[in-house]
Amino acid sequence: MSDKIRVLLAKAGLDGHDRGIKVIAAAMRDAGFEVIYTGLRQTPEMIAEAALQEDVDAIGVSILSGAHMTLFPLIYKAMEARKCTDIILFGGGIMTEEEMVILHSQGTDKLFGPGTPTPDIIAYVKDVVARKRKSEKII
Amino acid sequence: MAEIKNQSAASDQQFEDALKKAHREWKAAADRSANAKKKYVTVSSAPIDPLYTPEHVKDMDFFRDLNFPGEFPYTRGVHASMYRGKPWTMRQFSGMGTPEQTNERYHYLLSQGQHGLSVAFDLPTLMGYDSDHPRSLGEVGKCGVAVDTLLDMEKIFDGIDLAKISTSMTINAPAAILLAMYIVVAEKQGVSMDKLSGTLQNDILKEYIAQKEWIYPPEPSVQLIVDTIEFGTKHMPLWNTISISGYHIREAGSTAAQELAFTLADGFTYIEKSIERGLDVDDFAPRLSFFFSAHMDFFEEIAKYRAARRIYAKRMRDKYGAKNPRSWMLRFHTQTAGCSLNAQQPELNLVRTALEGLSAVLGGTQSLHTNAMDETLALPSDKAALLALRTQQVLAHETGVVNTIDPLGGSYFVEALTSRIEAEAEAYFDEIDRRGGVMACIEEGYLQRELARAAYIYQQEIDSKERIIVGVNDYVLENEKIEIPILVIDPEVEAKQCASIKKAKSIRNDKRVAETLEELRQACRDNKNRMPFLINCVREYCTLGEMCLAMQDVFGDYVEPPII
Repeated sequence: MSDKIRVLLAKAGLDGHDRGIKVIAAAMRDAGFEVIYTGLRQTPEMIAEAALQEDVDAIGVSILSGAHMTLFPLIYKAMEARKCTDIILFGGGIMTEEEMVILHSQGTDKLFGPGTPTPDIIAYVKDVVARKRKSEKII
Repeated sequence: MAEIKNQSAASDQQFEDALKKAHREWKAAADRSANAKKKYVTVSSAPIDPLYTPEHVKDMDFFRDLNFPGEFPYTRGVHASMYRGKPWTMRQFSGMGTPEQTNERYHYLLSQGQHGLSVAFDLPTLMGYDSDHPRSLGEVGKCGVAVDTLLDMEKIFDGIDLAKISTSMTINAPAAILLAMYIVVAEKQGVSMDKLSGTLQNDILKEYIAQKEWIYPPEPSVQLIVDTIEFGTKHMPLWNTISISGYHIREAGSTAAQELAFTLADGFTYIEKSIERGLDVDDFAPRLSFFFSAHMDFFEEIAKYRAARRIYAKRMRDKYGAKNPRSWMLRFHTQTAGCSLNAQQPELNLVRTALEGLSAVLGGTQSLHTNAMDETLALPSDKAALLALRTQQVLAHETGVVNTIDPLGGSYFVEALTSRIEAEAEAYFDEIDRRGGVMACIEEGYLQRELARAAYIYQQEIDSKERIIVGVNDYVLENEKIEIPILVIDPEVEAKQCASIKKAKSIRNDKRVAETLEELRQACRDNKNRMPFLINCVREYCTLGEMCLAMQDVFGDYVEPPII
């Protein structure tokens, strides 16, 4: 397997606001990641299945429609059903810090709010994937 | 006489020489002290000169390029008296949760001096799904009000006289259905459709380009829009049948020139499709309207609105052969740019919005929505919504901007920028034509790629701090705690809406529902104007989802290839 970080980026639910995720996709590609962008209107099952098939290190999901409290936990459940919760689930959107804490307790590793610098997100993914790979080697 | 002319030519020459010399001297002095490392660009990343002089506008002809307000090409405004005759309409976009909750907010906004209503629908409604559809899970009432049947529209406008209040509805893929619902609600109030005033957004092309809320493929979608234009032209003389929108294109990351060019290109496409249907351009063009964004680059925005009017007037007269001056006038609504607002130090958004609103007014907008300061966090709270409206009232009553028409007209800078944006838009029109028109560009992904590229450049400027956003990448407050109230949508909304659908289904005549839906399907197959059939469906309390599906049976659906 190549050392390159593989990330699946997805838009979940009905939300069509894809400016942010496309910027993230371009930035990650420029940072040397292999980026798979699903496009719009993915169901939780579609996202988990694509992540499994594409053998990615992480899934990044963007939701700006207000449906995050419903959709993130459903995506994690769909990952559990496919036994692929070793893949890191992260995301971004319009949400409060309290909501981020709740979603973290339900399986989403990290959430980024509006105004997050792109390099912070890239640094986070590099770091979290490095730690994951290290722990996998130990096992 | 000849001598005077020669003298004047000589003095022109003297003036030009003096100007060139003075310009050289000034540049040498300025270059010594200017920061050569910093890039000076607009919010659209377009380079800007440090000074504008008569040299920049030497090709300008007053009567040809500017003229008086209310006169072709309307660069200075579409009305002779502008805001002295009629102030802009203060129209705050709002809608959330249940129809009852939205109705309450409307009564509140109207009691606070708002002029007209503007309905925000939730995502399932925008996408043509009923609240009880599996894909609606978690989305009901979240970013607007949920509408499933006529019952909901009756509740939204309860106690609001539709003969007196104008309503704008931000809806696109299912726009014809919502218009049908509005007509039937009014009918039940005893108001006939020829008395209704307002605007249907009804612009599907910008959905494929930017906001991505479509149901059907482009061609039948556009035909459905031509249906509403045709219907409105015949039966609704006060109704703006479409609001051709650049706002969403800008929000998706475009530059000012792209916003202008793609929006006008969309508009010309609808005009061509309507002419193809057999409509006379002068019958429908006076009811077309536009919708632009007001971003942070004050002068660029003002230039954009002025260029928009000039381009449109020329094309309508010279290319489409419109003879009625009303067909030449580009009338527009403006919304301040949501994408310029930030979650950090959110009170700063009040300042941003005020400046953006001012540019829209100086650019001659017909109506305005000013964003609330908390929009990057949630839907506006009551307090934030009121402050946003008050911002417009301060602009209108305290700053003096309504006194003088096009006060920046004649500014070397604004005139040069107006001409430059016009030229950039014209270059895009040529490129779009070369690629086979807007619909071909959408299917090929050209316009989407242009936006994504501009958005990425903008973000890179922020990440590298070439562009400073106060509170975000500079002047940051450590450990900032948000201290403004946040509106939370009750999770019960979904259950309430599902109950409301059940109720509608229990009182309606199932046989008539099936019949009207089949008639609608047949009208789609026969390519008849769908509006009368939709009105019949609405009267029988067919749901939004049922009507959308009936049309989808004939039109099919559309999936966009993912483009980065």
